[in-house]
Amino acid sequence: MTAARHRGRSILLTSGLAIALAAFALPFYWLVVAATHSSSEIFDSPPPLLPGGHLAANLRTLQDTAQFGRVVLNSLLIAVIYTLCAGAVCALAGYGFAKYRFRGREALFGLLMLGLVIPAQVTLVPLFQMMAELRWLNTYQAVIMPNLALPFGIFLMRQSMAALPDELLDSGRIDGCGELRLFWKVVLPPMKPALAALAIFLFLYQWNDFVWPLIVLRDSASYTIPVALASLQGLDDTDYGAILAGTAAAAIPMALVFLALQRQFVSGLLAGAVKE
Amino acid sequence: MTATLTGRTAPAAPSRGAAPRSRPRRRVAPYLFVLPALLLFAAFKIYPIGRSFVISLHKTVGGTERFVGVDNYTRLLGDPLFWTALKNTSVILAVQVPLMLALATGLAVALNSTLLRGRAVFRLGFFLPMVTGLVAYGILFSVLLSKDYGLLNWLLDLFGADPVPWLTDPLWAKASLGLALTWHYTGYNAVILLARLQAVPAELYDAAAVDGAGAWTSFRHVTLPGLRPALLLTTVLSTIGTLQVFDEPYVLTGGGPDNATLTIGVYLYQNAFKYFDFGYASAIAYALAVLIGILGMIQFRLLGEKP
Repeated sequence: MTAARHRGRSILLTSGLAIALAAFALPFYWLVVAATHSSSEIFDSPPPLLPGGHLAANLRTLQDTAQFGRVVLNSLLIAVIYTLCAGAVCALAGYGFAKYRFRGREALFGLLMLGLVIPAQVTLVPLFQMMAELRWLNTYQAVIMPNLALPFGIFLMRQSMAALPDELLDSGRIDGCGELRLFWKVVLPPMKPALAALAIFLFLYQWNDFVWPLIVLRDSASYTIPVALASLQGLDDTDYGAILAGTAAAAIPMALVFLALQRQFVSGLLAGAVKE
Repeated sequence: MTATLTGRTAPAAPSRGAAPRSRPRRRVAPYLFVLPALLLFAAFKIYPIGRSFVISLHKTVGGTERFVGVDNYTRLLGDPLFWTALKNTSVILAVQVPLMLALATGLAVALNSTLLRGRAVFRLGFFLPMVTGLVAYGILFSVLLSKDYGLLNWLLDLFGADPVPWLTDPLWAKASLGLALTWHYTGYNAVILLARLQAVPAELYDAAAVDGAGAWTSFRHVTLPGLRPALLLTTVLSTIGTLQVFDEPYVLTGGGPDNATLTIGVYLYQNAFKYFDFGYASAIAYALAVLIGILGMIQFRLLGEKP
């Protein structure tokens, strides 16, 4: 291929993909624009294409109609507590399965992995009844507890922990380290990148989760952001300026965090996902 | 992924002279590490799965549960709404999933090309929709696709096209649902395929080029075979996801218009948490689980093992 033809193809491919990316990014751009306009402005013809000055008013409406501050706090607390607890459960189990040989290991791991293929819907009704019997409806633990032993997280952790050299563990043991201290002092530090990827995944998963919170959070004071937004959308007199401001508040911080950490995240996640 | 799960079934290695050090503590330790996960899993996954089956054999009448045997399942077979939901879900599966995976494959190949400038930006941009929650983008799309005032119809109007009843016409509503799903998941699938693509040895492409293979031939004979395991993974994941699809139709169309976007997931939710017919909802859930199992197995047969 001549240099000129090579460059021509390069420009063609890059600009073609740029157009595709623009189509993919358009909804994001428009979300930012719409969040700063009033409901009537959003549906003007022509629609607004640049940000306006209505963001503060939209957030105020959101606060008045949906206690949005409280809702954001619920979402944040639930996602943080979930990430810490589920991260601990998955890391412990992943380590146990990756670095010890014990009776029943394969069978127990296989059992946990069944959770990947069984549709979540099968457990919705009985789980709801359990939460009602425990009197946990409208509580954080009702949202958090059922998904702590997340099969995908355990799978991911086992993959990463398996890469840890056995010599490292043995030398720790020779130095008289107990098994739990070994986990804390020797295993976890080199696992930081994998743990970061797991944490991002868990946080995103909980932050965006909808069906389960929708079912167990029946009182609007306990809503998470997705549940609150969906409930607002159902109203007869829907204020789309306010709803889209809330949508932006839910999506944009996540997108920014993800942008900052994506290299780690994608490589950490894929290390476990696409091996043969 | 399944290959990995079973691939590590290595027999217990010979004890490598560590026998004298295996104190009782070390024999108990692994069980303690996996215990929290197992307890939580048993309580919140295995027990509910069993209980769901028991519920599916009951009918709630005036607050008390009455055993009705397989009545809920026979009712399912004769329920036109269930068949509508099944048909809608199948249409999405048959149309949206292949289109999206073809798009994702093309995208992965493009993102992997050395001809592309600024690859990092592109990879990031296409993966970003995945970060957006289902509810958030469902709401966003419902506004973008609004018939009289939506941005998309305004753009169409600029080009002289008639407005499209995106969410109010049964056929277009299905298309809109497909559009939203494609927007959300294409980049995600492309990243999985891309990771696999990078493991295809460059020598294979060089060899193909030496043999005089054009772009299409080398795609067919080097890229596609190399992608096979990742394609299987993305196909199975997309199938499972599509069969369960709930959030998008719930937020975007509420299952309407005229049940055109009623999916099995939405129908199950309606029966359980709108009509509080838990027995019937559980029967639907089990039918769904069986369906996912069957389709998963067929796909592994078709795509998994080389003949």
